[in-house]
Amino acid sequence: MTLEASFGASAPPAPPPAYQVRSESRLVRAALIAVALGFLGLFLVLPLAVVLTRAFASGVSAYAAALTEPDALAAIRLTLTAAAIAVPLNLLFGLCAAWCIARFEFRGKSVLITLIDLPFSVSPVIAGMVYVLLFGLHGWLGPWLRSHDVQIIFALPGIVLATVFVTFPFVARELIPLMQEQGSDEEEAAVVLGASGWQLFLRVTLPKIKWGLLYGVLLCNARAMGEFGAVSVVSGHIRGQTNTMPLHVEILYNEYNMAAAFAVASLLAALALVTLVIKTLLEWRYADELAATRRH
Amino acid sequence: MADAAASPTGWGRTGGGGFRKPSVLPGFGITLGFTLAYLSLIVLIPLAALILGAAGLGWDGFWAAVLKPRVLASLQVSFGAALAAALINAVFGLAVAWVLVRYDFPGRRVVNAAVDLPFALPTAVAGIALTELYAPNGWIGGLLEPLGIQVAFTPLGIVVALTFVGLPFVVRTVEPVLQELEAEQEEAAAMLGAGRLATVFRVVLPAILPALLTGFALAFARGVGEYGSVIFIAGNLPMVSEIMPLLIVIQLEQYDYAGATAVATLMLAVSFALLLLINLLQHWMRARHDA
Amino acid sequence: MHPRTRSLSAFLLGTALAFGAPAALADTSLLNVSYDPTRELYADVNKAFAKAWKAESGETLTVQQSHGGSGKQARSVIDGIEADIVTLALAYDIDAIAEAGRMNKDWQAEFPNNSAPYTSTIVFLVRKGNPKGIKDWEDLVKPGIKVVTPNPKTSGGARWNFLAAYGYALGKAGGDDAKARDFVGRLFRNVPVLDTGARGSTVTFAQRGIGDVLLAWENEAFLAVNEMGPDKLEIVVPSVSILAEPPVAVVDQVVDRRGTRKAAEAYLRYLYTPEGQELAAQHYYRPRLAEVAARHANRLPQLPLFTIDEKFGGWSKAQATFFADGGVFDQIYTPGR
Repeated sequence: MTLEASFGASAPPAPPPAYQVRSESRLVRAALIAVALGFLGLFLVLPLAVVLTRAFASGVSAYAAALTEPDALAAIRLTLTAAAIAVPLNLLFGLCAAWCIARFEFRGKSVLITLIDLPFSVSPVIAGMVYVLLFGLHGWLGPWLRSHDVQIIFALPGIVLATVFVTFPFVARELIPLMQEQGSDEEEAAVVLGASGWQLFLRVTLPKIKWGLLYGVLLCNARAMGEFGAVSVVSGHIRGQTNTMPLHVEILYNEYNMAAAFAVASLLAALALVTLVIKTLLEWRYADELAATRRH
Repeated sequence: MADAAASPTGWGRTGGGGFRKPSVLPGFGITLGFTLAYLSLIVLIPLAALILGAAGLGWDGFWAAVLKPRVLASLQVSFGAALAAALINAVFGLAVAWVLVRYDFPGRRVVNAAVDLPFALPTAVAGIALTELYAPNGWIGGLLEPLGIQVAFTPLGIVVALTFVGLPFVVRTVEPVLQELEAEQEEAAAMLGAGRLATVFRVVLPAILPALLTGFALAFARGVGEYGSVIFIAGNLPMVSEIMPLLIVIQLEQYDYAGATAVATLMLAVSFALLLLINLLQHWMRARHDA
Repeated sequence: MHPRTRSLSAFLLGTALAFGAPAALADTSLLNVSYDPTRELYADVNKAFAKAWKAESGETLTVQQSHGGSGKQARSVIDGIEADIVTLALAYDIDAIAEAGRMNKDWQAEFPNNSAPYTSTIVFLVRKGNPKGIKDWEDLVKPGIKVVTPNPKTSGGARWNFLAAYGYALGKAGGDDAKARDFVGRLFRNVPVLDTGARGSTVTFAQRGIGDVLLAWENEAFLAVNEMGPDKLEIVVPSVSILAEPPVAVVDQVVDRRGTRKAAEAYLRYLYTPEGQELAAQHYYRPRLAEVAARHANRLPQLPLFTIDEKFGGWSKAQATFFADGGVFDQIYTPGR
């Protein structure tokens, strides 16, 4: 105000508000927006549009038939089953890892955090391959498993293991920074007041992290249901038995059955969109209770 | 960040060889035990089996398997395409982050949410969709064909697929930093007479550089290992458009376990190096941010 | 380690083992691990055989399928996929399975005709009207012609393609190994895409519009023409080609453990019956039974066919010479670019 006043009554140009100094000319703005939206349109909108168009290219009844065919149903069932095992396992792991990392100080913690991140940077193909090397008939444990009549790869356990590997860090990566930020004062107070371990977790910790937990589970689940590379290596591609939805898409695609391939793909795309919507809602409503939205 | 605040007493590492700082909270043993056991069972032991397998080849055997022309070519394809895609994402991702943070336009929030689509969309779906788009008879491929540009089934197709899967990384790392950038510096530069372009290059870019590099490295790391979206669009021609993960699969398929193990171990080493690099970058970013 | 942690990991391992137990199936099921272009054939055979088996034994039987490049499928069997039956593109891949101890080494003597219930050959698939005027093998090595074939390292069909081309060059007047190598070398320099399986190549050529000519299994070529329409593609029959004998076998280790030998053997024998042969012919395989072959003679062109035994001394030798690491294929292919 004083600055403005000192310019007196000579009707000076008002000093531009900060956002104007920090902004570009209209033309540059429009061009930048066009570039950004054009880029996103090309890489995000068009692929989704092509999936939907091709899925319905042969009509709605062909679409329904492709999704209700026994092999497709088996693939959907297998995908749901694998995710239903893998996600809770990683949820349990995420909780344990976050508890010991965010609530205690111990040596080697940063090494542990790096190791938890490792599956994110390992190629999915390698994630599948290591299990073939371990559990394949000519792998380290293969002969023993065979003599005990246990099938791991080319069966559900292998698919679950590969899925667990690629989705390993999701819950932990969300919870660790969140719980670190929240601090442990409340938990310590509860312990001093005589809370047991379970009471502590259910009454104090869980309410504070529930949205972050849901957020991590959501992303974990999306990846679990959509994983292709790792599962492809261990699956064996038996129709109606070890084909997950993404693998079923590939098979149909290789059988000239484009409409059916894109029909199943559209189901996976719908899953992705639902995931995005829930994720965005969580970010809007519970931004303060998520680590991901304020990690930096 | 808040990491330091979490240890109120400022416990250091000098505690007479103590493994951990005492705490009133329960559950350290069981949670750390489970974490380590699970980590070992799922990740460490299987990866160790891979590395031991490679060690069994001996140095000579390992290098012989890795230095084959086809392996080296796939290395070049994987790294070249991942690098190109990460560069594209650095430029356009920065533009997207800038537009999302600095400008207001209708539908901005929806666009912002849509940026994460590549994280959520299964890679196989992305692969067939991009192939359908860029094949010579596809929506975009059909437009490019008369110009003599072929995308699908060439290395260019790999770049397209990797650009898709790496798209969110740069946007999501740069966005928050751009958001929190203090207005004063830019204003001061403007007051001192710097043009807008000069301000952006001298003040804004250096400030977001660590974040930009982190996003670039994340997109690059993801691109090097990507498989599902690439194999549909790449054409998979040895020496030309064959990526390393596919080569591993092919070697497994032709009973060449030694070769697959060696190449996989090499990739694992690269992944680990990239992971460490990214950790360093993030440290730098935080240090810059806290300062 | 904390005792409770130990019990937790024991629990985890237990869960893994519980899920690992083979799912108990109420009725008999067989798994047929096969190569790429047989998808449609075995979809029909499985239905027909299930009916015949029900009538014969009263058992309800389902046959499950897995398809992929022949070499890759053999790898899965070696690694432990529970295949009762393998129906692959070439004998070498089944030899590799036998070599790994999963079945009897003289499997090829167990069924008639070297355990190959049907045969096929390699033909050319070109675009409608044959715009590049491709008539014979010689046209494939012309500059500017784009040839699509899968990767001989992973695909059985591709190995037949390779040997058909090689055999053609060898059989020409004045042909010898050096000339034949040069010929396939020039041919593979014209290959823009190398998929891992025959089906991938067909999709690349027919659906994606890549290349001028596809080297394909005869049945795969017919299928592509039927799928895409005769207004898009046509088949060119070369002057000479190879007699491809895709073999079948029972995986002894698996059927003995699962107790499915009877059904598995009946399944493979069914392929030799007039019904099985008719199904094969309907899917453009060349049947062994003369009466069935006669019925379909007008659909399958007559051309001189050489066998792998007479030109190359059998599969083991051909595999070692041409497709092993550092073999002829590696020599002509890798440095060429």
